[in-house]
Amino acid sequence: MLVIDRATYDAIVAHAKRDHPDEACGIVAGPEGSDRPERFVPMVNAAGSPTFYEFDSTELLALYKEMWDNDEEPVVIYHSHTATEAYPSRTDIGLASEPGAHYVLVSTAQTFSDEHGNNEGPVEFRSYRIVDGEVTEEEVSVVDSLPAPTG
Amino acid sequence: MAIEVRIPTILRTYTDGAKSVSGEGASLSELIDNLESAHPGLKDRLVEDGDLRRFVNVYVNDEDVRFTGGLETSLSDGDQVVVLPAVAGGA
Repeated sequence: MLVIDRATYDAIVAHAKRDHPDEACGIVAGPEGSDRPERFVPMVNAAGSPTFYEFDSTELLALYKEMWDNDEEPVVIYHSHTATEAYPSRTDIGLASEPGAHYVLVSTAQTFSDEHGNNEGPVEFRSYRIVDGEVTEEEVSVVDSLPAPTG
Repeated sequence: MAIEVRIPTILRTYTDGAKSVSGEGASLSELIDNLESAHPGLKDRLVEDGDLRRFVNVYVNDEDVRFTGGLETSLSDGDQVVVLPAVAGGA
């Protein structure tokens, strides 16, 4: 199960809406081994595409170095689908390289229409584990604030 | 001549869980061959048809090797090499 606080959840949804019709992407970092998504980091989609996303390689290195310095890891890796449902595509599955991360997929497909622009439809927000090509959907629990760390 | 190589989580199955390993070589290509002898299977995850895989990023002293000659990028003692899989996907 992914436990995420309301403010981070809203920030991911807002990023997806802002970048629509291009795919939005980013991570939420947290202390290594904690499974706590604490630090929201929106990234630029270097592909600038409605059907593809990729972190810029220089920014990717800077992000990981920052996480290593902070003893953090990517707890959540998110991106949006802008015309299809919030389910990992074959490409998403093939390229998933963080077996410990929650892969969050947000779909803005119902949120906008050609005729009416922003029509305030629901944004789909779903989370998955992707390990060795196996996709497992998990429950998403949105809380006011994350519970105090244990241990 | 020792060069430190940072290994991403997904490839640590080849390094017995080690976050970094050291190797040697005068070029990235030589370094990868050298790593392969100690960590069989690693090379295939980095190289395909004689070139770096499209969705694997390799940095030498913070420079993406795609801009410095790819596998022919020259290395010297003390260089820091980082391997990071691309974070990418798409609908």
